[in-house]
Amino acid sequence: MRYESPTSFKAAAELLSKEKGQAFILAGGTDLLVRMRTGFIEPDLVVDIKRIGGSREIKKTESGFKIGAAVSGAELGEHKALKKAWPGVVEAANLIGSKQVQGRCTMAGNLCNASPAADSVPALVAAGAKAVIVGPKGKRKVAVEEIPTGPGKTSLKKGEIVESIILPKRAPKSGDAYLRFIPRSEMDIAVVGVGVNVTLDAKGIVTKARVALGAVAPTVRLVPAAAKALIGTKMEDAALDKLAEACAAACSPIDDKRGTREFRIKVAGVLARRAAIIARQRAGGK
Amino acid sequence: MSGIHVTTKINGDEVQFVCEADESLLDVLRNRLGLTGAKEGCGTGDCGACSVTVDGRLTCSCLVLGAEVDGHDIGTIEGMAMGDELHPLQKKFIEHAALQCGICTPGFLVAAKALLDHNPEPTETEIRFGLAGNLCRCTGYDKIVRAVQAAAEEMNSAKKIQQKVA
Ligand SMILES: Cc1cc2nc3c(=O)[nH]c(=O)nc-3n(C[C@H](O)[C@H](O)[C@H](O)COP(=O)(O)OP(=O)(O)OC[C@H]3O[C@@H](n4cnc5c(N)ncnc54)[C@H](O)[C@@H]3O)c2cc1C
Ligand code: FES
Ligand code: FES
Repeated sequence: MRYESPTSFKAAAELLSKEKGQAFILAGGTDLLVRMRTGFIEPDLVVDIKRIGGSREIKKTESGFKIGAAVSGAELGEHKALKKAWPGVVEAANLIGSKQVQGRCTMAGNLCNASPAADSVPALVAAGAKAVIVGPKGKRKVAVEEIPTGPGKTSLKKGEIVESIILPKRAPKSGDAYLRFIPRSEMDIAVVGVGVNVTLDAKGIVTKARVALGAVAPTVRLVPAAAKALIGTKMEDAALDKLAEACAAACSPIDDKRGTREFRIKVAGVLARRAAIIARQRAGGK
Repeated sequence: MSGIHVTTKINGDEVQFVCEADESLLDVLRNRLGLTGAKEGCGTGDCGACSVTVDGRLTCSCLVLGAEVDGHDIGTIEGMAMGDELHPLQKKFIEHAALQCGICTPGFLVAAKALLDHNPEPTETEIRFGLAGNLCRCTGYDKIVRAVQAAAEEMNSAKKIQQKVA
């Protein structure tokens, strides 16, 4: 195996696209190194992106926040302005693993690892986050939900790297939240995860909403029907019932030792309700 | 395979080593540098026995490549005591019998120190969540939590006395 730590995304993309063998990007390594240790992969080349300028920066811009691909969970949690604007995204990223894992894990890695149960991804999808991708053919920007295509699979082409994640500028009276169900109280993989993001008008009526589900389908799912159930309402019980129904209907989960199909479907609705109520509170509604 | 030359600081001292590209920081510390305080429990980030700090941040050294730490500062359990003087956490672990076989202890101490550096007065819940990345198969955790609480108390009162004197 070769280890490279280039200082620009362009150089990194070149290294990756020229490699004939198996090449992997290394961000926090909390998925990649586990897969190397357990013998699932035997890389010929590992390209560490942490020495690339800007990769470890959170920038507040005109149009929102730009989060470098190598920013760790712990760093996200310490960024006050980001936490204030996007508390749901930050709480989701901070749920990943232990304090040790938080010191290294990244949202871009969580996204590109493409686990259906990745905790930060439903929150990012609900937030309407975009990923900036650098590749041999230049830059492109896509909605984060377009990156994972199935368990462990992404739409990224050879040589392409997520350079940063963009969170949009916050409209007034907006709030987001992420909740997951795990059998233990820490250090476990989501059986269901739900991200909800809402914007209210002056009267407290939902004008915009996005709802995303994790761990109940081969990829994280954006559920437009669930958002529709909230829009135009003050999230009264009837609207929340509809939200829960829409979420349950969007699930096509697996049945395994960590949760049965029926349980996951039921819990998706329950968590969606609870997350929606938290998002509304954060948006300044009742 | 040619080795990678790495220059780093470990517990404040400059250290240079040569390692293979796929070698973990844990293996470098233990097998090349003789720093055997960090233990390998799982090798996959689950147990925390290999805990170290990189630039002050707690991490599992089993999930870091040796090559990655070039130019960075590493903190290990070997740097915790001041010469013969044990750190308050180490003393309290002994007083409270917060260890039996001891394999998890270096990792718990490094993690507990990182916790207290960040949050000098943690609640019991904060201690339990803060140490959730460290597994212990012997103590049942309670004694570890008590030891951390006692150490925090001692460190805080020592700080207050210092402040009064100054
Ligand atoms: C003990 C433990 C507990 C965990 N708990 C959780 C949990 O609760 N919830 C959860 O969701 N996950 C959990 N994980 C999994 C993991 O920590 C997360 O998925 C993490 O976000 C991965 O980020 P990373 O930076 O470490 O990724 P890496 O391991 O560096 O990379 C992951 C994958 O993505 C690719 N990649 C990384 N960055 C990029 C990029 N910028 N562009 C393109 N591809 C890229 C890599 O090549 C690799 O295939 C846990 C892992 C461990 C070891
Ligand atoms: S050996 Fe590193 S976490 Fe278990
Ligand atoms: S003292 Fe034996 S594992 Fe903790």
